[in-house]
Amino acid sequence: MNLELHKIAIRKLEWGPRTGARDHVLTINKEELVSLLLEDPALRKVEAELAHPGDSVRILPCKDAVEPRCKLEGPGEVFPGWIGDVETVGQGKTLVLEGAAVLTTGRLVAPQEGIVDMSGPGAEYTPFSKTCNVVLVFEPVEGVELHELEAVYRRAGFRAAHYLAACCKADKPDTVESYAFPPMTEAMSAFPGLPKVAYLYMLQSQGLLHDTWVYGVDAKKILPTMISPTEVMDGAIISGNCVSACDKNSTYTHVNNPVIKSLYAHHGKDINFVGVIITNENVTLADKKRSSSYAVKLARMLGVDGLVISEEGFGNPDADLIMNCWKAERAGIKTVLITDEYAGRDGSSQSLADSCPEGNACVTAGNANEVIVLPPMQKVIGEPATADVIAGGFFGSLREDGSMEVELQAIMGATSELGFNRIGGRTL
Amino acid sequence: MAYRVIHYINQFFAGIGGEEKADVAPEVREGVVGPGMALKGALGNEAEIVATFICGDNHFANNMEAVSAQVVEAARKYRADALIAGPAFNAGRYGTACASVCAAVKNALDIPVVTALYRENPGVDLFRKEIPIVEAADSARGMGKAVPALARVLLKQLKGEALGAPAEEGLLEKGIRQNMFYEQPGAERAVSMLIKKLKGEPFVTEYAMPVFDRVTPRPPVADMRTARIALVTSGGIVPFGNPDHIAASSAQNFGQYDITGVTDLLQGKYQTAHGGYDQTYANQDPDRVLPVDVLRDLEKEGAIGSLHPVFYSTVGNGTAVAKAKSFGIEIGKRLKDAQVQAVILTST
Repeated sequence: MNLELHKIAIRKLEWGPRTGARDHVLTINKEELVSLLLEDPALRKVEAELAHPGDSVRILPCKDAVEPRCKLEGPGEVFPGWIGDVETVGQGKTLVLEGAAVLTTGRLVAPQEGIVDMSGPGAEYTPFSKTCNVVLVFEPVEGVELHELEAVYRRAGFRAAHYLAACCKADKPDTVESYAFPPMTEAMSAFPGLPKVAYLYMLQSQGLLHDTWVYGVDAKKILPTMISPTEVMDGAIISGNCVSACDKNSTYTHVNNPVIKSLYAHHGKDINFVGVIITNENVTLADKKRSSSYAVKLARMLGVDGLVISEEGFGNPDADLIMNCWKAERAGIKTVLITDEYAGRDGSSQSLADSCPEGNACVTAGNANEVIVLPPMQKVIGEPATADVIAGGFFGSLREDGSMEVELQAIMGATSELGFNRIGGRTL
Repeated sequence: MAYRVIHYINQFFAGIGGEEKADVAPEVREGVVGPGMALKGALGNEAEIVATFICGDNHFANNMEAVSAQVVEAARKYRADALIAGPAFNAGRYGTACASVCAAVKNALDIPVVTALYRENPGVDLFRKEIPIVEAADSARGMGKAVPALARVLLKQLKGEALGAPAEEGLLEKGIRQNMFYEQPGAERAVSMLIKKLKGEPFVTEYAMPVFDRVTPRPPVADMRTARIALVTSGGIVPFGNPDHIAASSAQNFGQYDITGVTDLLQGKYQTAHGGYDQTYANQDPDRVLPVDVLRDLEKEGAIGSLHPVFYSTVGNGTAVAKAKSFGIEIGKRLKDAQVQAVILTST
């Protein structure tokens, strides 16, 4: 499978009469975008705002971030199962508006959304202070149940992202990147002498709005399986999560999965990157045992020497992470784990809810309990009152002057366990 | 002008005597005594030991607070900018004394302090989170190595320079996790670490896996028909309005709620404060998380002796293990005092 990413670099957004990209400026016809989204009868009102890096703007509660993408050539359409059909993606050409993102916001499940600050100390922690954002604020019609509403917001984010990219199909890309994913027979004989490495990609599937979808299938219901990294780039895996904002994988970070990026960067030099295995994080013990054994079995069938394992979420999924780790290590496969930490506000607690001696190579994305004060911003998009009840916020989080004291947990993507950021932890 | 340093040592290093002199009362001598000579060399022109506080190990152990207060007073009197204690190597009473006076002076005067101890010295676990402790050998043979490290760490603090990683500074880890920004994103660090691991090259994990407590289960309750059963939950069930403001995640407290006469947790009377799951079904019927209704039935049927009239609740979501442990100890104590025989713990 071969995929070309045709990237247009976006550095500025503006409203205008015709949606399209020119000289790194994405012009958007607001009415067209909003009326497209209002086709969904579950939405009563959609507001659209623009937020740029460096703006004195706070966005909360932010649900998902989506990078504008669409297919230029090749079977299917991006976000299969949500936009267009469920045809297998990951081949042909895909257009990417790099540097732009759609952020969705609106009252959902009270506590489970995040904060994006476009400037100030909070901006250091979120990937979405570096993107030019189209922020969508949703209001539903009455009587839509919460879990249905989550799906409504999710779809609206994809539609907006797809619309923006699709309007730029005629515009010339700034760069073209090629990604090859050869058949197994070729992959296995390539680069003799280099260790074979796969990626074990854990997907949040605890349920009750902690959901991830693969080609429209609820990840709770999958057995671990193989996926091409190019399919991931086309949005085969999307986020339906309303979980702590710091370490949920947004749809943006799925399509830009940095582990896949790093494995490609080392492919053919230090390692032979032979595959991606997706697995889930269900809540029952039987599910955990089944999925970890099955995922490690797939790794053994591939005959890999090493696995990078990334977790999503914390607490309960720590048990899945640890099972994946020791089962792989005892099968003779070397592992590195990517997790984050809940070491308490003073950093003095142990950081994980489970552990094993085999987990001797661990990368952490930082202590999510660390407290940060976010100064007031000139403009707030969304609903600041939610600061008291979002995960990572606490009663009294929102102060009278508009500043907020929160744990990093509340900041969108702050401790990404895909290893998206440079943050990490150390022991003093 | 050189920084003024006060130095704490015991009777042995002061040359007064060994175990037979461990009861000697504190005295302060101006200038350097014993290992202070070596420290003087290491500190050079930048800092000067202006006084040495000497105390017998047993005397300190029996009068910890009083002697600590005297050290603080001496530091004040000599207008000390900093305190060095020890090195005490693996001497237990001396090590504890060194670490205690460091902590006392730091708390009272907020000036730099440092001591040097062997990693297994009991003073380490007592004070490692509060004060910098240079890692020393287990005996005075390690003096030559400990002294320059003590001087370096102290001078850095005096100049307001940030201390580097414990391994770089020769310090024992405080065991505190702190965030930092690495050069590379986490994903690249992970792939690089895996490459090293596959090649058999040395690598440094960013987090050494914790070791967990294992709790041996108690024997089963002999007779449930006479047992008093309590309900405790990490599922966040609280009276409507969340009167104790238990946070949706990373809870800092737990609540204790009276359910005398309550047979059913009704929507609008109780709710969940938990931020880690869709609250719809828990708020519709809080008994789904905290089954008061079923336990009242069992009580009525005589299957259990009684339902304890108080339940305890917190939110188990992004809650640090240390916090959870402290809640558990306190709740357990209260249940024991109330002569509860068994507890049903519900999560989510």
